[in-house]
Amino acid sequence: MVENSKSVLIIGAGIAGIQAALDLGDMGIQVHLVEKQPCIGGRMAQLDKTFPTLDCSICILAPKLSECYRHQNITLHTLSEVDKIEGSIGNFTIDVLKHARYVKEDVCTNCGDCGNICPVRGISNFFDADLATQAAAQIAFPAAVPAAYRIDSKKCLYLNYGICGLCYQNCGADAIDLTQKDSILTLDNIGAVIVATGLDLAEDIHTLNIYGYQKYDNVITAMELERLICASGPQSGHLSRLTDGKHPHKIAFLQCIDSRTHNGQMYCSSVCCMYTTKEAMIAYEHNNELESYVFYIDMRAGGKGFQKFLKRGAEEYNIKYIKSKISHIEVDENDNPIITYEDYETSEIKKLTVDLVVLATCIIPSRGINKLADVLKIDLDHYDFVKTNPFLPMETSIDGIYTCGCAREPMDIPRSVAEASGAAARAAEVIKGG
Amino acid sequence: MSEKEEESRIGVFVCSCGSNIGGLVDVKALAEYAKTLPNVVFTEDNLYTCSETGLAQIKNGIKEHNLNRIIVASCTPRTHEPLFRNCVEDEGVNEYLFNFVNIRDQLTWVHQKQPEEAFEKAKDVIRMGVAKAAKLEALENITVDATATALVIGGGVSGMTAALSLAYQGFETHLVEREKELGGRIKTLYKLFPNDQEANILLENLKKNVDNSKNLTVYTSAQVKTIEGFIGNFEVEIEQDGKKFDLNIGVVLVAVGSSLFTPNGMFGYDGKIRITQHELEDKLKNNEIKSKDVVMIQCVGSRNDERAYCSNVCCMTALKNALIIKENNPETNITILFRDLYTPGTHYEDYYRRAREERIIFMEYNPEKEPQVEENQIKVYNEYLGEEMIIPYDLLVLSTPLVANNDNKALAQMLKVPLEENQFFLEAHVKLRPMDFATDGVFVCGSAKWPVDITESITQGYAAASRASTIISHDTIEVEGATSFLPDYNKNLCSGCEICVTVCPYKAIRKNEEDEIEITQVLCKGCGVCGATCTNHAIIIRHFTDAQIISEIYAFGGK
Repeated sequence: MVENSKSVLIIGAGIAGIQAALDLGDMGIQVHLVEKQPCIGGRMAQLDKTFPTLDCSICILAPKLSECYRHQNITLHTLSEVDKIEGSIGNFTIDVLKHARYVKEDVCTNCGDCGNICPVRGISNFFDADLATQAAAQIAFPAAVPAAYRIDSKKCLYLNYGICGLCYQNCGADAIDLTQKDSILTLDNIGAVIVATGLDLAEDIHTLNIYGYQKYDNVITAMELERLICASGPQSGHLSRLTDGKHPHKIAFLQCIDSRTHNGQMYCSSVCCMYTTKEAMIAYEHNNELESYVFYIDMRAGGKGFQKFLKRGAEEYNIKYIKSKISHIEVDENDNPIITYEDYETSEIKKLTVDLVVLATCIIPSRGINKLADVLKIDLDHYDFVKTNPFLPMETSIDGIYTCGCAREPMDIPRSVAEASGAAARAAEVIKGG
Repeated sequence: MSEKEEESRIGVFVCSCGSNIGGLVDVKALAEYAKTLPNVVFTEDNLYTCSETGLAQIKNGIKEHNLNRIIVASCTPRTHEPLFRNCVEDEGVNEYLFNFVNIRDQLTWVHQKQPEEAFEKAKDVIRMGVAKAAKLEALENITVDATATALVIGGGVSGMTAALSLAYQGFETHLVEREKELGGRIKTLYKLFPNDQEANILLENLKKNVDNSKNLTVYTSAQVKTIEGFIGNFEVEIEQDGKKFDLNIGVVLVAVGSSLFTPNGMFGYDGKIRITQHELEDKLKNNEIKSKDVVMIQCVGSRNDERAYCSNVCCMTALKNALIIKENNPETNITILFRDLYTPGTHYEDYYRRAREERIIFMEYNPEKEPQVEENQIKVYNEYLGEEMIIPYDLLVLSTPLVANNDNKALAQMLKVPLEENQFFLEAHVKLRPMDFATDGVFVCGSAKWPVDITESITQGYAAASRASTIISHDTIEVEGATSFLPDYNKNLCSGCEICVTVCPYKAIRKNEEDEIEITQVLCKGCGVCGATCTNHAIIIRHFTDAQIISEIYAFGGK
């Protein structure tokens, strides 16, 4: 194998960034994988199962997380952001801002003693869609990679007020280091960059409140359902209502929430039709008496095996698909949501009372993308996704900077994985082609 | 094999897999139970044995208790065996001394309603795993040299993109196209969505790059006649104009594209005023469309009983062609009859909006009340209004699906890769290995796998190139040591019946020049069919020897 002195820097360690890193690493190319969260895995790590095979998401992802962590050609930089870039294709110099973890990553045994003794409680856990809380000494989920705790610097008593330090005193492995500082790491000889910053979800209260979100507790988002129904989530996989703990028997899934609308995002979020069917299937597996109602505009299922998946949903999982437009949602005296909608098949206005409403909220660009685009000087499109040409789908506006996955458009996992490999090929051309 | 058996010191790690396993059976109790089994010196239960924490616990166990056999009772070897094998290797234990016991996919997931029986079964399979572990033998992986060359079959957009990327990465690449010219489907297209670029410009650019690429050899009007061998070492014969070329190839990429569907007998199709989108492209290219009332029908020949799938590209094709007609003549009335309009993502949804702004009429139809095509009008039931509508037309365009090539099966057999039910090529895993085949060293991209548009064909071409590059960037390839073999000391047992040659699904066994059975180790997947059918027990399946399997059976039966 030819040793390459040039390396590739990948921004974002979700499934796309991970796939690109593994491909390049397996080609013998050095990779710096930069992730702003304390652990890698991105959105896929949060999902319960994946369509259309119903594979357990973390189960198929976890080996890749470990592979990334152990790979001799991949260097992970968690809690890190790209701060500055100079140079051009074939020879970038990049400053990475590494935020202090306050825990020595290679020493921590992930035993959890620091989290148990930490007196600061009630910090919402992003990984659990804010449905569970954690201490200031925290780890997103038990199988997180790297398997190391971190101290939330905004909430830690010691770091803010100079008091406490219980975690430090109680760490048997001597892994806590409250003197760590944010630092800048300068990486030179970077041949190419891949932007794989992924997605965020539209959870803006103003556009969602006609659906009762954050007004009624039995109206939740699809990501919240993923966590509630997941064995490692806040309800240990026993789906129950947040108002009264009852298991729902009728769930309504509302599609195109904040997407395909002039009132929110104009585009299609690409993945909701399929993940909704998946979620209804999983919910049914927990409760074989479940009735699911999917309120949709167009059922978008063009991928491999997707039509069959929908058919299975309707025939075996008691899912009813209703082509419709939602008017509004209210609740009855038992907090049961009542949906008022127009049935497109009959053009009638109808009402349906259910136990739980799940909103398929829209994929939006990653919230830090504007700042990153400024740093990298790459163009964004009119929706703030990374701008690409349809026939050069991985190229950004700057030579040598490539992109893949939901950074450039909402898309499902197989497509993100394919694009990631594609971006890796483009980066490899730069490194190997010289 | 004849090495003196060392004392077995077995460690058993029982995984809770969150609540996937722990929610049904008591993993602590299972770990305690394992402690009572012969040769077991250490047991532990973990929330996620596959996490870095879990792996560290295995390593500590090996170090502190001098373990030489490791068992993990957890999810499935399919996804997790490599991880645990690497982990024990890191601590100096041969990876084949690791044994996987499946207590999730084959246990807690399938016995969810019988927790007590599941717990008893878990004890059984762990006991069996322990018995086998004591009999395990250290094995070495097999290393073979790899040729750093690639063969791309199919010179369409996807195949050209893949070949170019591999050539740019410095690999000697061979591109085989059966037609006279490169291009494939794009040759027949007029403009491309979503930016109305002329297909021809994209094609000419690609062809120019192919011509200028120094590592790329193109064979047009050519066919792949035979492919023998295995990853890193394929022997390929190509025939071009009666001439034969023999190539040594490291990796093979399948980019054969798809075929068109002709809707004979459907909606009055006549190829004249009732045509397919594909035929329309040609007429648009020649500026032949002067129609006043155009109707398009979507999902013709797809999403039905015969062909259940959505062909992915037809909605956008219809929108594009409708917009071209509108642009040429804004007075044309265009109605698109659809079931679900498929325009996912940002740019395609924008395109759909643009089509509506250009006053193209979209009307949904119910497949149970199909549009009725008459001589110059179409009757369609509008569910929203609850009444039948009559739409006049002088051009009817049917949006038909892309279908799998007729000869996919022959190529699939040659490459020993599978097809799915619609005869498209079937990848190794639809979610996480979209470009790989289960057969090592063979990859797929473009519409050979599933109908895709030009953008995705390009993406997948690059993606397959990347996957292929991970193999041929190295001089050697390592494959599993758990293969079947015919040891010298068993050769006298072989009666030469050749049943093994016939049953081997990977064509790994042959009779050599000395009339002896020979097994190509790197081709063998260790499936065990040969060993099971060998009448004289001459063939041994490493890692699944008779002694190992019988020990499991005894452990199961002898409570």
